[in-house]
Amino acid sequence: MTDQSWPLYEVFLRGKRGLNHVHVGSLHAADAEMALHHARDLYTRRNEGVSIWVVRSSDITASSPSEKDPFFKPSGDKVYRHPTFYDIPDDVPHI
Amino acid sequence: MSTADVNPPDAGPFAVNPDDDNPYDLLGEDHDAGHRWAFGTGFTDPLEGVDTSVPDGLDPGALVRCCLALGDDALIYSHRLQQWVARLPELEEETAVANIALDLLGQARMLLSRAGGIVGQTEDQLAFFREEKEFRNVRLAEHADRDFAELAVRLLMFSTWRLALFELLSSGSTPASTGDPVLAAIAAKGVNELAYHRDYAASWVVRLGDGTALSHARTQAALDALWPFLGELFRPDPDALATVAGSTGPGSTAPGSTGDRAAFDAVLDTVLAAGGLDRPTAAPLAAVGGRTGRDGVHTEAMGYILAELQSVARAYPDATW
Repeated sequence: MTDQSWPLYEVFLRGKRGLNHVHVGSLHAADAEMALHHARDLYTRRNEGVSIWVVRSSDITASSPSEKDPFFKPSGDKVYRHPTFYDIPDDVPHI
Repeated sequence: MSTADVNPPDAGPFAVNPDDDNPYDLLGEDHDAGHRWAFGTGFTDPLEGVDTSVPDGLDPGALVRCCLALGDDALIYSHRLQQWVARLPELEEETAVANIALDLLGQARMLLSRAGGIVGQTEDQLAFFREEKEFRNVRLAEHADRDFAELAVRLLMFSTWRLALFELLSSGSTPASTGDPVLAAIAAKGVNELAYHRDYAASWVVRLGDGTALSHARTQAALDALWPFLGELFRPDPDALATVAGSTGPGSTAPGSTGDRAAFDAVLDTVLAAGGLDRPTAAPLAAVGGRTGRDGVHTEAMGYILAELQSVARAYPDATW
């Protein structure tokens, strides 16, 4: 093993019929360009993707699991925030 | 529609180029003729719809020798890369090298199938039941990489040479192409694979050459050690089809003519300059009585490769999955 291991990158992939990039996993790489290469080799081997984003894991700011309840609980009973109380026109796609 | 129309001014790297495939358009279209794309679908057969009979005016023997040469290069090189699996320092590199080995194995299978279809043998018979002197691969393919620097440098040399060859083969109308539609289809599929292999190898040669004093020294040593193998790549192969045979006449750009070696060197020089490496001046590896890998004369490493590659198939010749 290397003494000083490569930093971790998170990989986001857009599939052939995907609208957006989806987090698919993480990998080690020395820099962003190598991370793209590695992502291509690790996550698109089965013809999955048409676009890749990579981002240093340390650059992601995540919500804290210990604050989960104050963060997310308040929206748990507000059903009126869903668009379920009016008709969606037929010609509006992707909702 | 220009890019400005669809993107906010601060879109930056997330700007959408309307010329790219737009995900919303993709949803509405059906690219795979009749069925929705899903994981595990969308694969195409590179030989779909290609006539597999030998075209008129083509010497079948020369076509076979041509396919065996290119197929054996891929088969033996793939085996050498497979031997790296589980020995590389990073999991990610291991997958990358395994992918490249698989690409080459796929090329070998199609090329040996093409040769076998003409001489009445299967790809497996050709891979597992030929003797060493019947293998036509260049000696560069059988070299055992002594370290990761040699892996990167050898792959750069091999993929640069092979990519140029496959680009010629896939362009069906040039004088250098063989005129065989199957070979052209196989080459067309291989071009994208080899372009990636070259990209992968070149990026590592630059990284290592421009890295620490130790990585630079090892990469230069790898260049010096492997340089003698290059001469053989450009030797004429008179009994095979023109493209592997070398120069096909005045003004030819076929591999083997001096012009093509110059193009090869130009690619190498670009990479070496970026990595701060020196182009070696070592003389080509000598032919044995005028014969090299293409003539079935190999280095001593070849016997060990074939022993490993062929022993199971020879011990259980009728075994199936």
